[in-house]
Amino acid sequence: MIAAMDKKAVLLFVLVGALFIGTGFLESWNTTLGIFNMALVSAIMALGVNMQWGYAGLFNVGVMGFVALGGLAAVLVGMPPVGDAWAAGGLQVLLGLVLGAATIVLAILIYTKMPPTRARIWAMIAVLVSGFVIFRAVFDSGVALVEAVNPAAEGYLGGLGLPVLLAWPVGGVLAAGAAWVIGKTALGLRSDYLAIATLGVSEIIIAVLKNEDWLTRGVKNVTGIPRPVPYEVELQASAWFTDLSARLGVDPIAFSSVTVKLCYAGLFIIVLLILIWFSEKAWNSPWGRMMRAIRDNEVSAAAMGKDVKSRHLQVFVLGSAVVGMAGAMMATLDSQLVPSSYQPLRFTFLVWVMVIVGGSGNNWGAVLGGFLIWWLWVMVEPIGYDALVFLTSGMAEGNWLRDHLLESAAHTRLLTMGLVLLLVLRFSPRGLIPER
Amino acid sequence: MDVLNAIVVLLNFVIIPATAYGAQLALGALGVTLIYGILRFSNFAHGDTMAFGTAATILVTWGMTGLGMSIAPLPTALLALPFGIMVTMLLVLGFDRVVYRFYRRVKAKPIILVMVSIGVMFTMNALTRFLPGIGVDDIRFADGERFLISVRTFREMTGLEEGLAIRTTQAITVVVAAICVVALFWFLNRTRTGKSMRAYSDNEDLALLSGINPERVVMITWLIVAALATTAGTLYGLDKAFKAFTYFQLLLPIFAAAIVGGLGNPIGAILGGFLIAFSEVSVTYAFRKVVGYLGPADWQPEGMIQLLSTDYKFAVSFSILLIVLLFRPTGIMKGKSI
Repeated sequence: MIAAMDKKAVLLFVLVGALFIGTGFLESWNTTLGIFNMALVSAIMALGVNMQWGYAGLFNVGVMGFVALGGLAAVLVGMPPVGDAWAAGGLQVLLGLVLGAATIVLAILIYTKMPPTRARIWAMIAVLVSGFVIFRAVFDSGVALVEAVNPAAEGYLGGLGLPVLLAWPVGGVLAAGAAWVIGKTALGLRSDYLAIATLGVSEIIIAVLKNEDWLTRGVKNVTGIPRPVPYEVELQASAWFTDLSARLGVDPIAFSSVTVKLCYAGLFIIVLLILIWFSEKAWNSPWGRMMRAIRDNEVSAAAMGKDVKSRHLQVFVLGSAVVGMAGAMMATLDSQLVPSSYQPLRFTFLVWVMVIVGGSGNNWGAVLGGFLIWWLWVMVEPIGYDALVFLTSGMAEGNWLRDHLLESAAHTRLLTMGLVLLLVLRFSPRGLIPER
Repeated sequence: MDVLNAIVVLLNFVIIPATAYGAQLALGALGVTLIYGILRFSNFAHGDTMAFGTAATILVTWGMTGLGMSIAPLPTALLALPFGIMVTMLLVLGFDRVVYRFYRRVKAKPIILVMVSIGVMFTMNALTRFLPGIGVDDIRFADGERFLISVRTFREMTGLEEGLAIRTTQAITVVVAAICVVALFWFLNRTRTGKSMRAYSDNEDLALLSGINPERVVMITWLIVAALATTAGTLYGLDKAFKAFTYFQLLLPIFAAAIVGGLGNPIGAILGGFLIAFSEVSVTYAFRKVVGYLGPADWQPEGMIQLLSTDYKFAVSFSILLIVLLFRPTGIMKGKSI
């Protein structure tokens, strides 16, 4: 039985591989590698979501927020610091943030330490209000100073100027922190609350990235995040590379672009393999069995002495960290952070479709889903357009129905995602490679 | 010190807009809370049900104005609303039949239904965008008289420095919402069907024992929800503008309103709607002028006196949501907690 299922899994991976290779022959290897790299990142996101959903049955509707936090990490770690901005108001901004955090900590201390009387409420209100006023006074003037520094190119604090590869674990840590706060609040309550709370936090994270110019340049975007791999022009300028491409008989410009993409692919594959190894180990360990026991029957797991809430918190934080890491990898691949590009459809629900189509509760399934659905996502629009052109080929040019249908082709993705999700949930809820 | 002008500014920029917005949220939250009470899941597709209903109403409105029909000074959309509601009812009943019914039969976990509702959300959003003429652009479809009281008439009437404007759409929003709420409560409390719905919501097993037909209860719930969603969506669209994807962003304040009020509790949903709307508007409004009028003459405060920039209005509903989840997970009016 198990052997037969494994055979099916291998066959599916071969089929998906054939899709990519076919695209390589029909379109170009450059395009295919571009799709493939993003598919690797998507597979890692799907692994993270699968930890939350497949292992523990937690529904995270805020994947986008954690991905964006990873992107923020790439900026904060990889970009060089902007010295003038730091000199102008950097410390003041930091001081403001520390004051804000101190206010919250103080309010929490009052809440937990003081006896529950009316005095406690007044003390909390007094601390929060005065803390907020001081925070705004310090923070706002610092922000104004920072944003005034060369706003066309900089106007933000920059990052630490460290190797961008460090951003990957840092992205994981940032996402884990956000997940911890959300989990602390919403876990242990009814299951829908986590969904709604994560939906909210992801919207807020995006709002922060879009509006806090001192941090991320907001809608002006941060571009040119340093790469962990060589640049195309560097390759084209080096003698050994032109020599190699001459020996292979290929165009050095096209070949340099393929080489860069292959370097990225190598890095991503290493991360993906490490994560799969850990996930599989965890899945087959006593911890993994405990998580499944909790998922399948919380009441009896609690009766066996398992701490359901803290195990949920643990796996929620872990899964979000993986998603955050993937977010940092994506920003590294793109070399930029574009806050307005974070759309829930693309970064939350697409990842969900990957996990569910691939097979929730199966790490290999999530990875397969990542590859397959990303390929479809890229290809559905042109295919949908072609299909509509074919379907409407009988109609005259300028026919309103034909024009309308062709115009609507842009929305095919939404419809396809919705239908795929509904059909898979209904007819194949265990996915392509089901949980063993 | 000029209290009158301060009050007028406050009314004009905070209280009136927040009341209209609160009424829209309350109608939306009522729909979410009804689904939660009867079908027992959080319906993520609600925002897009509102969008579809509004789009259908807009199409009928265009048809009517094309035929020269109008109920000026009221916007034609009000006349089209019943037709929009009917189309939306057909759609949600279709979705219930094709999608949700199966999961009721197999008694799926609520979280599966939430996921299913997300699939429905996408499909509905795509359907909305496929509708001819809807697409993704801003659509303004409010015709008829624009203002009930315009700034100029108000100034001439009172001789005050500040003007007060009440837009027709704001007045209509409040009136229509009030009618809807009264009708809904009359239905739930006085009619046999309404009572059977409440019984089903309170205790499913007992309701089944006393011979209530669950499929009928579910069907009526969907019909009411479609009507509420279309009304809420149309009012919101009249008041602001219609855009196919802005309704997704209303989900968060609507859920917050329903949870703050206590999921499954209709009165709570209305209270929650107004609470969220007033917090959102007052936290993101710059009180500079108001404070200026209240202070000594010829004095204006230096800052904007704005707690948060309007870009963070989500943060307001979200913070309220978190506070409620932390301190009182069942909401202000006791809702269900499963």
